[in-house]
Amino acid sequence: MSQPGQHSSTSTARRPATHGPAPDPSAPPAIELRGVVKRFGSFTAVNGLDLRVPSGVVFGLLGPNGAGKSTTMRMLTAQCLATSGEISVLGHPVPRASKRARAAMGVVPQHDNLDEELTVQENLEVFTHLYRVPRAQRPEAVERALRLAHLADRRHDRTDKLSGGMRRRLLIARGLVHRPRLVLLDEPTVGLDPQVRQDLWGLITALRAEGVTVLMSTHYIEEAERLADVVALMAKGRVVAQGAPADLIARHAGDTVEEYLVPPADPGDGVESRLRAAGVAVRRTGPTLSVLRPGELPDPLRAELGTGLARAGNLEDVFVTLTGERVE
Amino acid sequence: MTLDTDTRAAAPSPPAPPRRFEFAPVAGVLAREWALYRRSWRPTTFAAVAEPVIMLLAFGVGLGSLIGAIGGYDYIEFLGTGIVATSVLFTSMFPGLIDTFVRRVFQHTYDGMLAAPVDVRELVTGEATWIACKAGVYGCAPLLVAIGFGLPASPAMLLVPLIAFVTGFGFALTGVWLSAVVPSIKTMDYIISGVITPLYLIAGTFFPIDSLPAWAQVVARINPLYHCVELVRATAFGIEPLRDLGHFAALLVFVAVMWLLAVVQMRRRLID
Ligand SMILES: Nc1ncnc2c1ncn2[C@@H]1O[C@H](COP(=O)(O)OP(=O)(O)O)[C@@H](O)[C@H]1O
Ligand SMILES: [Mg+2]
Repeated sequence: MSQPGQHSSTSTARRPATHGPAPDPSAPPAIELRGVVKRFGSFTAVNGLDLRVPSGVVFGLLGPNGAGKSTTMRMLTAQCLATSGEISVLGHPVPRASKRARAAMGVVPQHDNLDEELTVQENLEVFTHLYRVPRAQRPEAVERALRLAHLADRRHDRTDKLSGGMRRRLLIARGLVHRPRLVLLDEPTVGLDPQVRQDLWGLITALRAEGVTVLMSTHYIEEAERLADVVALMAKGRVVAQGAPADLIARHAGDTVEEYLVPPADPGDGVESRLRAAGVAVRRTGPTLSVLRPGELPDPLRAELGTGLARAGNLEDVFVTLTGERVE
Repeated sequence: MTLDTDTRAAAPSPPAPPRRFEFAPVAGVLAREWALYRRSWRPTTFAAVAEPVIMLLAFGVGLGSLIGAIGGYDYIEFLGTGIVATSVLFTSMFPGLIDTFVRRVFQHTYDGMLAAPVDVRELVTGEATWIACKAGVYGCAPLLVAIGFGLPASPAMLLVPLIAFVTGFGFALTGVWLSAVVPSIKTMDYIISGVITPLYLIAGTFFPIDSLPAWAQVVARINPLYHCVELVRATAFGIEPLRDLGHFAALLVFVAVMWLLAVVQMRRRLID
């Protein structure tokens, strides 16, 4: 996912932030976290998190493995209790009134927890009960979820017979069986082939068009850029930047980035060091040196670099600039 | 994946605000068990009925011919009532211990359920209720066999399913609690040999507890299964209200203590 060609196709596909029903800024947020800290023993997984997810948006939580995304998600369902800080979901204080929030919320966990003792259809039926879908509406809710997951013809198979992609689709359909107002998707496309991933992106866009709030964690740059109205970049249990992807890129990386082939073994007085010394923001990916805001490049250095390949700036550039770490 | 936007317009109105303990999530857990049972009732029923019946026939007929009478009753009658209790113990403690462990640790079933509006206390109650229902029904099998061998049927025996349900509820909760105490599935052997075996032997099931040393008699009286045995015998051989209400109260205390322990320990394991 780091080829330059792919980056430019990503940026043309990026949805303008103003597309679709504009979220009402005065409406109460779907999710609000204030100063949330979570420690496991002496290890701090979430370290003073402030997050406000407006109602009706797709909100992306972008960060590398171990950033604290899943821990944050689990705190929203009270399956993980914050050490300190305040959380409210759909206006309900969590964990105190978490059950109210969970009733109106659909959850798709990072790790598959389908009921392997049951069939596809039974999995969905059980969740219509757990989510308290009124009896008369249960059969229709199950059928709808089966269509959603494209699994109507596998309804009587036990879930341990399904492929990875089918399991993920069922896991997602299970979380939507009660038409939630808020959906939590924890790394929903990890390990999926491109076709299933595209399919899922379509679903997320459709949910958004219906006014459902989506909180999605991912460590895929492209996914966050394409789908999210707002992204929060997360590293080491904190949000390092938050905003519309296009705004974050414009602010922290610049619209255009130029890539140059520069051998990585830089002895200290090489061009990379001199670029850094001159205050030019650069980052390295293998043999490629990316120069952010190439307009500010001093002419002698530009001449030394030779011809570069211009591409659109992306969230990876933002992330590396702000944290020094890569996301993927 | 595509959404049916047309059907979405008919979204149900939000459910009534949840309370601390609700029956809807318990019913949801039971719905799951029922879905599973519809497909697996044959082997479950076979195991639950065959084992006590074989034990009853082997010990009752084989040993009974040597022993004759015990505590004033025919040995097969004494044993038939006792085996109701061991059957309840096995059909409740093993699923509580093993199924709960597998679902929590290997299948992560409970993680999925707790993301829905279900709390640990409701989850635990639902699992134990289902197991107790099975114990209530299957616990009657040895009694029916004993009746077939000449134990006189009495109307009070209609209370046996209730006694078996309450006892099964308590032992299912015990199993759930211990499943959340053990660090691994291997350490369950300690519980099976160190807890379950003495529980079912020192309860007046196979021999009356008055033949035990004094200290063991004290242990037996603490054993909830003993109170179950005494109640089942009372329905067959005559109820004494005061004594038997005492036994029933002991079972209720057992249930209450185990419920608390199971809920607290499961919450510790399921909620980080
Ligand atoms: N139950 C737990 N006990 C101890 N450490 C945990 C637990 N859950 C998560 N962690 C640690 O917290 C950090 C953040 O984890 P996680 O939230 O899963 O990150 P992400 O989802 O962003 O990859 C990781 O270092 C992880 O090892
Ligand atoms: Mg994660």
